[in-house]
Amino acid sequence: MISAFILGAGLLAMTTRKIFRSAIWLLFSLIGIAALYFWLQVEFIAAVQIVVYVGGIVVLIIFSIFLTQQSDKEMPKQPLRRIITSTLAILFGFGLTFLQIWKYNFQPTTRSFDWTVSKIGSQMLNTAAGGYALPFEVVSMLLLAAMVGCIVIAMKAGPQQPPSKHKESEQSKKTIPQGFQFAEHENEKIVSLQEKTGGTSQ
Amino acid sequence: MSSVPLSHILFVSTALFFIGMYGLFTRRNMITMLMAIELILNSVNINFVVFNKYLYPDKLDGIFFVIFIITIAAAEAAVAIAIIINLYRSHRSIDVENATEMKW
Repeated sequence: MISAFILGAGLLAMTTRKIFRSAIWLLFSLIGIAALYFWLQVEFIAAVQIVVYVGGIVVLIIFSIFLTQQSDKEMPKQPLRRIITSTLAILFGFGLTFLQIWKYNFQPTTRSFDWTVSKIGSQMLNTAAGGYALPFEVVSMLLLAAMVGCIVIAMKAGPQQPPSKHKESEQSKKTIPQGFQFAEHENEKIVSLQEKTGGTSQ
Repeated sequence: MSSVPLSHILFVSTALFFIGMYGLFTRRNMITMLMAIELILNSVNINFVVFNKYLYPDKLDGIFFVIFIITIAAAEAAVAIAIIINLYRSHRSIDVENATEMKW
């Protein structure tokens, strides 16, 4: 039941031609996946799924759809040849993969799956063998880098939007040095701040 | 509850993976391609959770992988959408066919 819901919503998300409806179907598919996690009794992952995917990524996608185009405009129809070839490729790949899964005899254990949030947390910050402290730090640095990168990319085009296309490209050319200047300025600020704090500590 | 065999859930995740693959093949709009990538990542997450639950229930590695994948997917979606909006500002379209030049 849940699986049929997920697959139907996912299929509709990938085949409908209105981009806004596609985003809404994707939302339903992600909610269905969260329901699947609930059914598997992994409530923590289900909560993370709802918070990050349904609450974050889908909202971001819908915002970007609103920013980039009119929602009632239909996307152009795909050429039939591309649809046929990709469908054939998909069916072939699915058949091959599922044949492998079907042939392989999995031996599920009968022990019950025991997890608690405190267990997850203590193993995530464990520096001993089997701990995940290093990936945790790496991911935190990655998130910081992504945030800074987003800000830099968004700053390139400048705050004011000129009306014509040619002017805009010129404008973006001009504003790159400004962005770099801003970054350098920030760096200087930080350096001076560090010097200040170092001076006070000494 | 756990009487459902493992291969049935793997069927769901495989089908979801290939639906996302189909979207990635046929769509030429960057936002819909991003959505297809999200579907693929979700199917991989289902695989990790199910393998952890059914085959190695005394370990937690699958859950850690799922958490890290969700984090990286969020960062990737944010960066991709920033790039898409910037591209739309300069090109007035978000088709991949029109985005052949990567410098200006």
